[in-house]
Amino acid sequence: MGATTHRRWTTATVVDTTPVADGIRRIVLEPASAGPPAPPGSHLDVGVYVNGGADLRSYSVVGMGPYGNTYVLGVQLARQSRGGSAYMHSLRRGAQIPVTQPLQNFPLAYGRPRYLLLAGGIGITALVAMGRDLKDRGADYRFVYGARSRHLMAFVDELATDHGDRLELRIDDEGGRLDVDELIAGLAPDTELYVCGPIPMLDAVRRGWAQAGRPPSSLRFETFGSSGRFAPEPFRVRIPRLGYDVMVPHDVSLLEALENAGADMMFDCRRGECGLCEVRVMDVHGVIDHRDVFFSDAQHQRGDRMCTCVSRVVSARTGGASGADGHDPVLTIDIP
Amino acid sequence: MSAHVAPGAPAPARHPFPLNAWYAAAWDVEVARTLLPRTICNRPIVLYRTAAGAPTALADACWHRLVPLSMGRLRGDDEIQCGYHGICYDAAGRATYMPAQETINPSATVHAYPVVERHRFVWVWPGDPALADPGLVPDLHWNDDPEWAGDGRTIHARCDYRLIVDNLLDLTHEQFVHGSSIGHDSLSESDFVVTHDDRTVTGTKWMTGIDPPPFWKRNLHDRFPDYDGPIDRWQIIRFEAPCTVAIDVGVAKAGTGAPEGDRGAGVNGFVLNTMTPETDNTCHYFWAFARNWSLRDQSITTRLRDGVSGVFFEDEVMLEAQQRGIEANPGYDFYNLNIDAGGMWARRLIDRMIAAESEGHGAEADDTLGEAAVAAGAAAAAERPRRAEHGDGTDLPSRFDQPATLMQRGL
Repeated sequence: MGATTHRRWTTATVVDTTPVADGIRRIVLEPASAGPPAPPGSHLDVGVYVNGGADLRSYSVVGMGPYGNTYVLGVQLARQSRGGSAYMHSLRRGAQIPVTQPLQNFPLAYGRPRYLLLAGGIGITALVAMGRDLKDRGADYRFVYGARSRHLMAFVDELATDHGDRLELRIDDEGGRLDVDELIAGLAPDTELYVCGPIPMLDAVRRGWAQAGRPPSSLRFETFGSSGRFAPEPFRVRIPRLGYDVMVPHDVSLLEALENAGADMMFDCRRGECGLCEVRVMDVHGVIDHRDVFFSDAQHQRGDRMCTCVSRVVSARTGGASGADGHDPVLTIDIP
Repeated sequence: MSAHVAPGAPAPARHPFPLNAWYAAAWDVEVARTLLPRTICNRPIVLYRTAAGAPTALADACWHRLVPLSMGRLRGDDEIQCGYHGICYDAAGRATYMPAQETINPSATVHAYPVVERHRFVWVWPGDPALADPGLVPDLHWNDDPEWAGDGRTIHARCDYRLIVDNLLDLTHEQFVHGSSIGHDSLSESDFVVTHDDRTVTGTKWMTGIDPPPFWKRNLHDRFPDYDGPIDRWQIIRFEAPCTVAIDVGVAKAGTGAPEGDRGAGVNGFVLNTMTPETDNTCHYFWAFARNWSLRDQSITTRLRDGVSGVFFEDEVMLEAQQRGIEANPGYDFYNLNIDAGGMWARRLIDRMIAAESEGHGAEADDTLGEAAVAAGAAAAAERPRRAEHGDGTDLPSRFDQPATLMQRGL
């Protein structure tokens, strides 16, 4: 189903955890009883332990083990992130963690004339299984995998073996930097594009796709709201009407910081899609790092609203704003 | 499926049908520029055609609030609009319009079921779309072959579709249920030969040198108005798993070589049946009768359709009563006789299809499972994440070990 389904929890055992690139581990989970197959594009929700509490993270299923009884994840340690990936990297063989059944928000459609799979960095994890499926079905596809540097790229050897000439690596420090507009311009009109990668890349793809006049429904993407234009910084948030003045640490989301301070926040998807957690921006000292896909480009530029679950604020200096004064970033908002 | 059930939890109810199969959802003419809701294998589905004529089958539940999309309206050439908040989906089930926001939520999709239009039916595949090979559509080609003529109807039967499979693979009942039309004493007396492979079951029965029953006497008269003698009669039943039965039926003047393959002195029909599960104990029974004689005579088409309709009504009464009997006698199984061999083979093939899915090869997850999941405590904790300030982790399952090294690093 396209619609989100109820999560069903089970316990899974870590049966393998291996580094597969700098900062990326392949983590193989075996659920207590054989789980349902993971369709391409699906993810598991995993119960993690962060900041002294239970929390939830989503990781794409790269594949199932040779006997179909395990789920293979690829997890990148995001040092500046909120701690979920550090927890995942701390797991050793034999550890047990709560996981859901595979959940599907990014289904692969069959029978399209042409496909392009476009991965940026760790976004590759959402596309590996799709590539395998398209190959098995004899589909007409290309697979483009971009990253800053080769040592940051997981699964390259397997992908090269599986896809041969259909795989193109675009590696910044080897002079192969990905030009999204050029890539889109070179696609046949009936191509369907599946993309997963950091928000700046996703923004560029969405913008380029729209400017090229291509059908919006042929651009399929998924985001876990885990990356932005800038590395996360701590910032101050104020709600004058309610007298809140709260520090948001680099590894805590704005939404969580406000909840921790006692604000009654509304939210749902927690990955920048649904827009339920939006707040009104009254003033910002610094630059908003919009990390959602709910607001349009124009709305992001207007900057009068933001999604608290994923978006943040960085200092004017970090954000490259004119007149940067080196002051700490401060956000003033009102909440519904 | 066996997944995600706590030890000791009751086994989940198995459904009596496989999902990885083509099921007739509607007659071709039923699917038009209107919204047709139909439940197939417990899945609510809405059927319509695009302006270009392509049949489309979407989940009949808006991604947003699960309202039936069939209560909405068609929009543009190929879109459907939810009647509640106006979200629009294209024929692939992807949102194209969302109210009160400038973007389209990337998760906003409803499942688009694989669809094939063939043999005057629109077929849908409720299971894994990756396995939906159009080459697997059951063979009912007589329904639109120019060498054959006929028509049929749909019965909404309040019984497990397998009871109809049993019924069609068992000819003994004709003598008792259909005595006034096609029944004949010879039916329960002559040999019924059953063969099978991994997808089909075939039952063959020949009755030679008998008096024709009223239905066949009339049909033979269409071609041979002056013949009143004995006949050779055949019934060759071909079941194609999980729910399609094509029956080659006919009579020829006795002793003219029909059993040996020469049907030239006879009339031949095909009773085409496909019983699509609606729920575990109701089904959509699509049937037609195709004939190879007097192809252009519409009055014969009508006579045969109405005649078969009357015969099938006799079955419907019996099978719905049987379903009630099954439900009124919980804990009792059927007793299987030699005459049930055809149905027994059919059920074995169906059971194998279901078993193959529950081994985890291509089956869709079973929605009914898992609320009593092993990690219910973790689920509750994770759905409402505890915060650093007031979260002490006491609501976590004990096996959910706290990573000490991480805590020391303040992560």
